[in-house]
Parts: sequence; structure tokens; C-alpha cells
Amino acid sequence: MSRVDEELAAIPPSKIEIHSVTKWFSSGKRRVHALDGIDLRVDEGEFVCLVGPSGCGKSTLLALVAGLELPDEGHILLDGKPVTGPGRECMVMFQEAALFPWRTVRGNVRFGLELKPSLDRAARDDVATFYLRLVGLEDFQNAQIHELSGGMRQRVALARSLAPNPRVILMDEPFGALDAMTREQLYSDLQRIWSQRKKTILFVTHSVREAVCLGDRVVLLSPHPGRILEEFRVDLPRPRDPHATDVSELAARIVQALRTDPARKMGA
Amino acid sequence: MRDVARSASALLLLAALLALWELAGRSGWVSPLLLPTPSDIGTWLLRSAGDGSLLGATLVTLRRLVLGYALGLAGGLPLGMLCARVRAAKDTVGTLALGLQALPSVCWVPLAILWFGQTETAMLFVVVMGTIWSILLATEHGIRSVPPIYVRAARTMGSRGIHTATRVIFPASLPFIVSGMKQGWAFAWRSLMAAEIYVTILTGFGLGHLLHYGRELHAMDQVLGVMVVIVVVGLAADRALFAPLERSLHRRWGTGAVS
Repeated sequence: MSRVDEELAAIPPSKIEIHSVTKWFSSGKRRVHALDGIDLRVDEGEFVCLVGPSGCGKSTLLALVAGLELPDEGHILLDGKPVTGPGRECMVMFQEAALFPWRTVRGNVRFGLELKPSLDRAARDDVATFYLRLVGLEDFQNAQIHELSGGMRQRVALARSLAPNPRVILMDEPFGALDAMTREQLYSDLQRIWSQRKKTILFVTHSVREAVCLGDRVVLLSPHPGRILEEFRVDLPRPRDPHATDVSELAARIVQALRTDPARKMGA
Repeated sequence: MRDVARSASALLLLAALLALWELAGRSGWVSPLLLPTPSDIGTWLLRSAGDGSLLGATLVTLRRLVLGYALGLAGGLPLGMLCARVRAAKDTVGTLALGLQALPSVCWVPLAILWFGQTETAMLFVVVMGTIWSILLATEHGIRSVPPIYVRAARTMGSRGIHTATRVIFPASLPFIVSGMKQGWAFAWRSLMAAEIYVTILTGFGLGHLLHYGRELHAMDQVLGVMVVIVVVGLAADRALFAPLERSLHRRWGTGAVS
């Protein structure tokens, strides 16, 4: 059991530094300028939300931090070390269903643990059960993925990204496809889990209200090419309710800033 | 309860058809020389089951089938994976497979006899030619159909190379691979029957030979009796080999709810 306790012990979160990162994509003959000179720093244990319309490169930025893609210019540091590929310190929760249908709920959460040779089968199951309990799915461990609702699937995805005990979690519009009630329940669960497990989170969304409800900071991006437009610090007490007046007011101010921004006007 | 009703109606239809057939033969409306009655076929089946000749022929045929199918799988699966991963393999082997799949495997019989003589090898060759291409193409298609998000997700969790291939790409493409294997099995069965009817060999007397000699002797009860056995063996193999696999896949993926 000591091995399991060690595995479950909270580990210090990482610092992410993004230095003048530029990224191009070629689709067919066209070259798309996805990101242009992005500078961003995310402190240890900070929850930062990237907000912007589609095409602003926010998912691309996440893929770069995850090491799934490499920047054309600039560099990304994780605790001072350059990111050269996907690593254990950084887990990703995707917007689409990226759960494996051939595995049960617990089998999915166990996947990342199977790549840790120090854990035996029983220990992996214990760790997987711990995280499924954390997201409230301990009764569905042996369920098939297709038997779960959309909200439950995203809980499994959250447990799967937490299970290898990373220092950073990257979330790519994880609640985008859910109905409002399920989404709001997940906001409060995510805030609780974040404060318990102490992770650095970089969260991509197109909902300003969601960003204000969850983030310590909200970073606005503008499209074509993706650039950082403005940053807002969210100094509201937690846990936050998406319908609370302070959250709504700040969200409204940010939306207003988006509308009146000269760069945005030029782009439009 | 509905299942019982459905099987009962199927049985009823079958019984009615058999009764009609029997009647047509007995009344002299259809000559038993052209179409023996179900009772004649039943008598032949009982007699040859009793003297062991039918069981012997079935076992000989099944041995060839299993061997040929195994060789087809052993070739088709890795070649399909290769075609899915390597562009050059797809352009060469993949294109060849697409063409050869369109060729009924009985067309290989003349060449097989020329190359291998009247041997087991000739027989196996025809079966493998009938099986390998559909398995290869299904495997390739299955691997290409794996959503890239699965591979990306696995990579972020530290999966690489062989681990990704065996733990992600292979299981994700299993629904396609299993239907390819099923099709391959059906093709192997057809190929073997063609081979046994055309290739006369002395190393084993299979169902196809039994059917062939029935034709030579104009023993239509034997021909139809062997046809019945071929249908029953084919159905039984499908039930025993593929039905459990398909059920397990449907349960995991949540597909095939309508049955």
C-alpha cells in the first residue's frame, strides 16, 4: 500500500513559460499563421483560462505546451526545461470523446498508470479507484464508456488525466459539449479537485463566463493570427458560482473590452 | 418470449417448405432423379454418418480450412498493418490486394495444379489466395479508421511505438478487423469447396470430393446431402468463432443493439 500512497501524494505543480512562440500550419497549399509571438507565463498551481473565438489558435497553443506539436519559433519551458515531446508532467483532457471504447471506465483511468512500471496491477486499480471516487464515479468503475452520459464521460476523462499524477493539466474545451446544468456541476467539482490536488491548469474555452468562474487569470486571444489581446486577473473568492453577480459583472466587463478593443475592430 | 415465437415461425416455414418438396417428389410431379426428396437426402445422411465416411470427409475438409485460414490470417494481418503504416506498401501490395480480391479464387486452380501438382499444397494455395486479400484490406481499412484523437490521447499519457500499436491502434480497429476475419472465413470456405471439387487428390477425401463423386455417379441425394453438411458446418463455425467475438465488441462499443 505504501507504493499507492506515494503515488497518490500531492506533488508540487509546475511553472509554464511560453516565450515568443509562433506556429504555422499548412493545409493543402495554404499556409495558416496559427500563432504569432505568444508570450505567457503560468505560475505554479495557477489556473489560467485562454479565451477567444474559433481560429484564434488556443487549442494549438495547448498542443504545443503538451508537446504534441513543436513551435516554429520561440520556445516553451516547463519548470525551466524545454518541452520537446509529450511527458508525464503534463496531461491533456480533450474536447471530444477521447476515451477508449474497448476499455471499461476503470480501464481508461488505468491506461496512463500502466506505463508506470513501478506499479503492479492491484496498485493501479487502487489508484484508479481513488480518482474515480474523487470525480464521483466509484459506482461506475466497470461500466462501458457508451453507457455513460456526456457529463460522466468528461468526469472519466478528468480522472484519467489526474491519475498519472501530473504537475500540469491542459484542458481543451472539456465542457463545451455539455448541457448547462451538467456544466455548472462540473465547474464546482473542478474547483474542488483543483484546490485538493494542487495542479497548474491551462484551460481553453470560448465562454468568458466559464473562464471567469474557473480561472485566476483570463487571457484573451484574437484570431488570424492568434495573438494575446489582453489579460484580466480574477480576484474573486472561491468557490465561485457562474451565476453570482461578481462573476457576471466581470464577465460582462471582459466582453465589453473585447468589443471595444481597437485590434479587434481592425480585424473585424 | 418473442425469441421463441420468432424461432417457431422460422421452423414452421422450413417445415412447410420441406413438406411441399417431399410431396412434389412423392406425387411424381418432380422426378427424384432431378431432385431427390428430403427423406432420400436424410437417408443418405444417416447412412454415411453411420459408416463414418461423412465424418471423415468433414474432418479432412475442416483441417484444410483451418490451416488455410490460419495462413491467410498470418499473412493478411501483418501485411494489412504494413499497408496502413507504409505508403510504399499501400501503393504496391495494397493495390495488388484490391485487384486480386476481385478475382474468384477458383481461378487460381489451373495454376495451382500446374505449380504444385495434385497435392495438399495446391489446395492450401487456393484457400490462402481466397482469404488473404480480404483480411489484408479490412485490417488496413480498420487501422486507417482509428480516430487520431485516440493516438494523441495515448501519446500524452506516455504511450509510444509498439505500446501504441498493440494497446491503442489494434483494439481500436478490432471491429473492422473482426468483420474482415469473418469475410475471410467465408471466402476460405468457398475457395476450399471449389478446390476440392476441381483438384482430385489422394491424400484426403473431403466434402468437396464427396460432392464431386456424387455428381459423377449422378447420386443427387449425395450431392444435396453434402450441400446440407456444408451449410451446417459453415453456420456452426460462424456461431462458434465469430458470434462471441462480435457480441463482446458490441457490448463494449454499444453498437448492434438492434438484433
